[in-house]
Amino acid sequence: MEFEPVIGLEVHAQLKTRTKIFCGCDTAFGAPPNTHVCPVCLGMPGVLPVLNRIVVEYAIKMALATNCDIAPKSRFARKNYFYPDLPKGYQISQYELPIAEGGYVEVDADGGNSRKIGLTRIHMEEDAGKLIHDPDRPHSRVDLNRTGVPLIEIVSEPDIRSPREAGAYLRQLRAILRYLDISDGNMEEGSFRCDANVSVRPAGSDPLGTRTEVKNINSFKFVESALAYEIKRQIAVLEDGGVIIQETRLWDSGRQRTVSMRGKEEAHDYRYFSDPDLVPLVIDDAWIETIRKTLPELPRARKARFVDNFGLPEHDADILTSSKELADYFEACVRQINAPKLVSNWVMGPLLALLNAEGRTIADTPVSPERMAELLALVENGTISGKIAKTIFDEMVQTGESPEAVVSRKELVQVTDEAALEAIVDRVLAANPSEVESYRGGKTKLMGFFVGQIMKETRGKANPQIVNTLLKNKLG
Amino acid sequence: MKISTQEVAHVARLARLTIDDAQLDLLAAQLGDILTYVETLNRLDTSGVEPTSHAVDICNVFRADEPVASLDRNAATANAPEALDGNFIVPKVIE
Repeated sequence: MEFEPVIGLEVHAQLKTRTKIFCGCDTAFGAPPNTHVCPVCLGMPGVLPVLNRIVVEYAIKMALATNCDIAPKSRFARKNYFYPDLPKGYQISQYELPIAEGGYVEVDADGGNSRKIGLTRIHMEEDAGKLIHDPDRPHSRVDLNRTGVPLIEIVSEPDIRSPREAGAYLRQLRAILRYLDISDGNMEEGSFRCDANVSVRPAGSDPLGTRTEVKNINSFKFVESALAYEIKRQIAVLEDGGVIIQETRLWDSGRQRTVSMRGKEEAHDYRYFSDPDLVPLVIDDAWIETIRKTLPELPRARKARFVDNFGLPEHDADILTSSKELADYFEACVRQINAPKLVSNWVMGPLLALLNAEGRTIADTPVSPERMAELLALVENGTISGKIAKTIFDEMVQTGESPEAVVSRKELVQVTDEAALEAIVDRVLAANPSEVESYRGGKTKLMGFFVGQIMKETRGKANPQIVNTLLKNKLG
Repeated sequence: MKISTQEVAHVARLARLTIDDAQLDLLAAQLGDILTYVETLNRLDTSGVEPTSHAVDICNVFRADEPVASLDRNAATANAPEALDGNFIVPKVIE
């Protein structure tokens, strides 16, 4: 039997506010344990939480960017459970009346078309603290700096049909959060977390199968393999005549498998009720419209514009718009030199390779868009060849010089003087009579050999088009 | 309203209360009496009345996103039964 996976994702994104959601403690990451805590986030008796206005604005931004309906009136609720990282004994979240419902995110689907992945809801809540398990002693350390850091939870409908689509959806969500500048979206550092609800059903049938919840997918690298593993596992169980047990499973990236948490999990009974300490939140159209005006061009729209206005292939536009900073870099270059595909090749090629190799982001690129444009202008006007340009690029990275400075220091100007090149071509052909004979006998692959010899003579500076023409004439 | 001893045991466990079996019947009866008393409210017809979550009719109380000083770390952990290097110490918990 043919099976079809059904996937829904729950994403928690940490919001980039300066202070926590209900108190004025700093949200900066990496401070010494328990230095960003106060009576409110420690859950001391008698304190009152007060909502951070920016958290609401960021949640509205995300709701607008994902086509959600924003609730005119929403409420906070208490989710009750005991865990040492939760000092109050309850998490302040939203339950019955979340801030937003019913949106969608558009992603590239498996067939190459785009698909809308529905959003059930977006709600605001507070993060819990951090537990560090002491490997040597029978105790755990609790750091409550993260307690009360604002989160939005984005819950998708079970609309996702493959691990690849899940990856595309998550990357799209992250890109939107980053374009909006409301979250770092860093999965490895925990500012972007994902739990997956996974089930399978006979292809083409309607009822949903029993689902499992896969947790601990803590890197973009693992999303697709974790889901693929779980889908395969469920299909194998069903084909063996077994049944899927509804349970939580943890992704074990070391062993590349999901592991049941059965037995360790208690039956959850959160006893949600509306939080009497926090008054209802009323959002009117005027507020929504003020925020709508601040929305930047979003990744999908920018990608479409890159294809339409610059004539870039989808693939290029996809990569260039994957982050706002990269797209800004590209556009800054193109403003200076109107050669979009050349710029795209250089940004996606040498520049991204360099940044990846050095673990840098585009924000601290050693080559500014202005310098990149200057370099590519030299290629465009024939002063240097593309091959030499790479040498110059590497020099620019090393020394921080301008491309013109490297060209003149290393005497790298391209040789386009036909007479001079012809002399070199003649010399190379004269020095390699047997190769010339084989070429004329049909071994045309030797063209590369001749070009190589000429480039060697000119230290790569010969104009390749002229060399090719000359060679063809003389050998032909 | 009847409440079963199983429900009493469940609620007790959620609240981390230790209750021995001998107390279960007594508590179930007492909680049942309380719930029956509160059930009196159900005689009132509230159809068409929006549920009240807050007694005071106000909304939108906000803070500006500006940091204020946090607690001194020693003060933060002062009430903890055990603390070490600024951390709260709890019995080992593994998910």
